Amino acid sequence: MSDMRDLYQEVILDHNKRPRNFRIIAEPTHTANGLNPLCGDRVSVFLDIQEGVIRDIAFQGAGCAISSASASLMTEALKGKKVDDVGPLFDAFHTVVTSDSECPHGLGKLSVLAGVRDYPSRVKCATLAWHAVRAALEEHQQPVATE
Amino acid sequence: MNDMSALHAVSATPATHAGLDLARIRAEFPILRQRIHGKPLVYLDNAASVQKPKAVIDAISACYSGYYANIHRGVHLLSERSTLAYEGAREKVRAFLNAASTQEIIFTRNATESINLVASSFGGSVVKAGDEIVITGMEHHSNIVPWQMLCQRTGATLKVVPFTDAGELILEEYERFLSSGRVKIVAVVHLSNALGTLNPVKAMIDSAHARGIPVLVDGAQSVPHLTVDVRELDCDFYAFSAHKIYGPSGVGVLYGKQALLEAMPPYQGGGDMISLVTFEKTEYADLPNKFEAGTPSIADVIGLGAALDWLNAIGLNAVAAHEHELLEYATAQLQDIPGLRIIGTARDKAALASFTLQGVHPHDIGTILDRDGVAIRAGHHCAQPVMQHYGVPATARASFAVYNTRDEVDALVKALYKVKELFA
Ligand SMILES: Cc1ncc(COP(=O)(O)O)c(C=O)c1O
Repeated sequence: MSDMRDLYQEVILDHNKRPRNFRIIAEPTHTANGLNPLCGDRVSVFLDIQEGVIRDIAFQGAGCAISSASASLMTEALKGKKVDDVGPLFDAFHTVVTSDSECPHGLGKLSVLAGVRDYPSRVKCATLAWHAVRAALEEHQQPVATE
Repeated sequence: MNDMSALHAVSATPATHAGLDLARIRAEFPILRQRIHGKPLVYLDNAASVQKPKAVIDAISACYSGYYANIHRGVHLLSERSTLAYEGAREKVRAFLNAASTQEIIFTRNATESINLVASSFGGSVVKAGDEIVITGMEHHSNIVPWQMLCQRTGATLKVVPFTDAGELILEEYERFLSSGRVKIVAVVHLSNALGTLNPVKAMIDSAHARGIPVLVDGAQSVPHLTVDVRELDCDFYAFSAHKIYGPSGVGVLYGKQALLEAMPPYQGGGDMISLVTFEKTEYADLPNKFEAGTPSIADVIGLGAALDWLNAIGLNAVAAHEHELLEYATAQLQDIPGLRIIGTARDKAALASFTLQGVHPHDIGTILDRDGVAIRAGHHCAQPVMQHYGVPATARASFAVYNTRDEVDALVKALYKVKELFA
């Protein structure tokens, strides 16, 4: 069971149980839905962006612990960030959850999801909310899918 | 990660009440001997695809290494031998289903293709705008989408028989649908892969026939678990996949009544399905070749024949009794786990248990169980409407095969308690 804790770290279990920013923003400037057709996980993200800065970000949806915790941690990480910083942060996060290389610096709490790299079938869970944010920023009309 | 050399100790497994020698049966499955993450493999994802006994692996290998050639076209010895073995497998399928003739047995790629064949060929020639097609709310996507596509093409309407919270079809609604006078075909799953419900297909067929409506039965899940007699059922079409009945992937079967198949146009055009081709006109081959365009999966069809021989030697009644016992044992233990909800509690059930665990998503259950060597399915089981009925995004599912043991059910239950502990 000990190696299970590498994936399901306390922080992840906590964010799964009590997701942060788990709400709707009434009048978002940007919003998008993400869908993982393989497992049916869905997430909706809402952003309030003013002058290139993410003033507020929230999400709703149902999914596994990895996708819920990842969405919750993402909202914490992105609040107050510049829109231009989202891309590089997603890239760094993607590296953490997919490759065996050293954790890039500056990820903060997001690095608790590094355990996902040993579970290739779960990478899509960890990145679903991020894909949705990217779609929102690109103002996609269609829900994005991880497939 | 997988330690192939570490043998899973099964010698202590006792004979079952059904009289099966499980240790001997398990020894026939090379794949079951491995460890997963250092734990004995407990394979409970049999409804998705079942593992293969050595008899099947050997039959395929014997074909390729001994007598493989294309069928129905060579005058040389290998082609004759391959043709004989391929057509021999057709006879085995005929006998297995108790069909009247081998002309009624069509080889396809899988159950999905068998259903598509009927929807496209039979549906395409019979169904018109304003007609209705009846399916049920517990169908696998492969018995929904082909009919939806047919409706889109023709302007027909899909009627979906609802089911109760226990997972039983509401037959009054079925009767009501049938009485519209517009129904051209009924398509129903025999054994639901998402709920484990065994549907009363015989009674449903009788009702439909009383109104002259033909019925397709999706037997993908049922054939490995119960004896199917297509003449006793009197179904018009019966579809299944080899890979769920101890045979290889890549082969499916469509049984169809001869008169219907004869009246139907071909599904695909090409070689093997013709008797005469000129550029003006083609004459189609007789059954079953009319529906088998192109080179089939020859060795795999032969492998399916070997799988049926193997299963017959054990006896489907003994298999069913053993699996029933396992399901009852598993259900009793699962029900005792606080927060566990069994999805699908029909009186007539077979071979699998779908469930949710409060506060834990099925995917997390699946990942955690895998680390204990326990392979289950987590997801929507290609039956999203069923998930919607219960208001869950997904379920976890443990499904049984003849080689599963009570010890493996215990391993499942133990691992589920670990999940609860982790997510407490
Ligand atoms: C009830 C049912 N029907 C149809 C299918 C489709 O089988 P295949 O994917 O082999 O075509 C399945 C497979 O899961 C099934 O469970």
